[in-house]
Amino acid sequence: MTPQHEQADSPLLEMRGVAKSFGPVVALASADLTVMPGSIHAVVGENGAGKSTLIKIIAGVYRRDHGEVRLRGAEVDFRSTAESKAAGVAVIYQEPTLFPDLSVLENIFMGRQPVGRFGRIDRKAMRAEATAILDRLGLAIDLDRPAAGLSIADQQIIEITKAISLDARLLIMDEPTAALSGVEVEHLFAIARSLRDEGRGVVFISHRFNEVFEICDTITVMRDGRYISTDPTAAVTEDEIVRRMVGREVTDLFPKLPATVGDVLLTVEQLDSPGVFHDISFQVRSGEIVALAGLVGAGRSEIARAIFGVDRYTAGRVTLAGVPVPPGDPAGAMAAGLALVPEDRRKQGLLLQATVARNATLAIRGSLSRGGLLRNSAENDAARRWAATLRLKTSALDALAGTLSGGNQQKVVLGKWLATEPKVLIIDEPTRGIDVGTKAEVHRLISHLAGQGMGILMISSELPEVLGMADRLLVVREGRITAEIDRADATAENVMYSATHSEGVRA
Amino acid sequence: MTRLLGQLLRSREIGIFAAFVIVVVVATSINPNFVFSRDGWRDLLLTPTMLILVAVGGAIVIITRNVDLSVGSVVGLSAYLCGRLFIDLPGIPVIAVFAICMAFGAVLGFVNGVLSAYGKVPSLVITLGTMYAYRGVAVLWAGSNRINASDMPDSFLSLGTSSLLTIPYLTIVCLVVVLALGRYLHNRRAGREYYAIGSDPEAAELYGLKVRQRILVAFVISGALAGLAGVLFAARYGTSNSQTGLGLELMAVGAAVIGGVAIFGGSGTVYGAAIGAMLLMTINRALPIVHIQDFWQQAVVGALIVGAIVLDRALALRLRRRLVVERDDDPPVVDKPDPATTAAGQGSTEGAAS
Repeated sequence: MTPQHEQADSPLLEMRGVAKSFGPVVALASADLTVMPGSIHAVVGENGAGKSTLIKIIAGVYRRDHGEVRLRGAEVDFRSTAESKAAGVAVIYQEPTLFPDLSVLENIFMGRQPVGRFGRIDRKAMRAEATAILDRLGLAIDLDRPAAGLSIADQQIIEITKAISLDARLLIMDEPTAALSGVEVEHLFAIARSLRDEGRGVVFISHRFNEVFEICDTITVMRDGRYISTDPTAAVTEDEIVRRMVGREVTDLFPKLPATVGDVLLTVEQLDSPGVFHDISFQVRSGEIVALAGLVGAGRSEIARAIFGVDRYTAGRVTLAGVPVPPGDPAGAMAAGLALVPEDRRKQGLLLQATVARNATLAIRGSLSRGGLLRNSAENDAARRWAATLRLKTSALDALAGTLSGGNQQKVVLGKWLATEPKVLIIDEPTRGIDVGTKAEVHRLISHLAGQGMGILMISSELPEVLGMADRLLVVREGRITAEIDRADATAENVMYSATHSEGVRA
Repeated sequence: MTRLLGQLLRSREIGIFAAFVIVVVVATSINPNFVFSRDGWRDLLLTPTMLILVAVGGAIVIITRNVDLSVGSVVGLSAYLCGRLFIDLPGIPVIAVFAICMAFGAVLGFVNGVLSAYGKVPSLVITLGTMYAYRGVAVLWAGSNRINASDMPDSFLSLGTSSLLTIPYLTIVCLVVVLALGRYLHNRRAGREYYAIGSDPEAAELYGLKVRQRILVAFVISGALAGLAGVLFAARYGTSNSQTGLGLELMAVGAAVIGGVAIFGGSGTVYGAAIGAMLLMTINRALPIVHIQDFWQQAVVGALIVGAIVLDRALALRLRRRLVVERDDDPPVVDKPDPATTAAGQGSTEGAAS
């Protein structure tokens, strides 16, 4: 823990042209990042810009496909998190990774506890070191309580203590303030500054620009897995950064068909779930596409799950065409005319081991069966009808759903829910992980459904999709709706601004 | 350290031990011979030893979020091997028999460990398979043969009955094993990592722990202890056949769970598992004394296991609910100038810091 000052002019971390793909999905096309010692360096970008992938490569969770990574001048290629740790890199992930059953003290030192003679763990030394670090940082936490149930702030204290006890030269914080209150954020910043003053490098990933501009001295912008720019904070403005993050034209990729907006179908009134979302009220009309925009983790999926009855809420009510939708009862919600296409298709929407035909008819098995028996022919007829609507190759009906591409899986899940003939369709991240061609098809389909008078509530983290598809945007930030923007007024800038600022929309 | 030890003991182990004492007291008040006779005292200490060994080994595996269902079959194979060694190699030293049988058990555990840790198949399935496979080997090998007391030397058989200061030798062996493993789990990096792995396997990977290697070792320990339990069985009862140890695996899991080892891993101690095993065996022996029919004894054991799991679950849920509500009402602040707000839930947040 002796702070050896790095030479101030040679970079601590240098990444050049780093690329990473997962199958056909390119997570990182070409990323550059140069972090100097004694600096707090912000990395900003939209959801999906590749920030998290970049970090996981530095941390040794993923291995890069191409490019160069140098740590203190030496080329590195970490194969495991243990290797990156040994090289002095500590990462505080968005979701802290702690062992819930173990004490705070054990969490700090797991895997590298100080040992005395004969390999016996020296708990006294452990406690002394942890206490010393906490004192130095001016933090307080009970070292003996289990990590289970700790607030995010407390979990981050553990992660920071861990990082410092490792004597990490490079500390990476992935959205550390997302779940913190004002006082906690101030304290975290004080810690970050003192780490910087010790000559360590801090990489700070955040969507809150006021924070970025408050504590970072350098800002790197990423977009679509690529490096865009790096500037000293003093040399750029917030507007400039937002423009670079968004940086592309909304093209005609999104064929929004004109639809007549009719009567109110879905009404959500003052929905509240402690710690998840608060005071959620909005309406969706027939033929309308309403988008819930915002950042990942803002609480949008949770709102959708609560409306559909997967999760419970403590206050508020949901009605569909004047009829109350029962809380906590997905079957009741389906009967009332709601459908939810969830975000994680593989876990929540699809039986990967079953054929496409079975998946497509899963939600309507009751109505297809005669006297409690389900005939293959009935199943196949129904499936064929939906396959035609969805432009799914009918030869694929016998294929196992797990063998299809992401785009076709999404179509099958859509088909399954459309078969219930819902009045309102809630669709969560409809095109995540789907190739561009299929994306357009999914968009065309959604638009077509709205044209037929269905109400659509779409959750999407992709700005172009939201701007291209939605008639109306509700921006969610930290569990609250912070702005409602009409299609005509919506720009990438004002949506991004509302998603990252608590004050609401600027003119 | 004493603080931590105190915390560990305060919870489940004390409660289970109290239940054990109550069972003994009740049984003794009805029939004083339950404790106050030479045989009664000896049986009290001796009968649970085998179950203790397999329960303790099983507990280590369960702590890593795995399970070893093959131990009963390993006990059977080991007990038969023990007898065969005395028959086929006359004059073999007793200590060598112990070593060979433990090594044999360790090899069987190694097979379980490799398949579970590296084969990426749930250990429940793997060890269910090896449970039958090992039992099959025992049937093939022993056939209808039976090892009899006359096949084994007196020096070995006397181990099963004689004692030091009224404490049977086998109980001492068992006690040493439990204490050694207890210290291993508590004071070694490897020991702590079993808990970490069981608590959150993904986090363990991110921490850079050697997850697979640790799981493998846990299975080897479990196998070796089952091997040792087989020798103890042969010494104690002077007999073994292809059916020895049948059903022991489920009793071992039951004992561990009753003793506070969470079935989903991450918490519990080998002491708890050992006390759980003593409680189970002692209840089995006490029920006839209080004139409860054979038939009800199984039900009592079952009720204990279900009760223990329900209790664990209820406690965990209550704790989580409390903590979530608390966090929402009163977000814990990084450093707290005002202790009044912390007192509500954080317990002793201040304790460690200043």
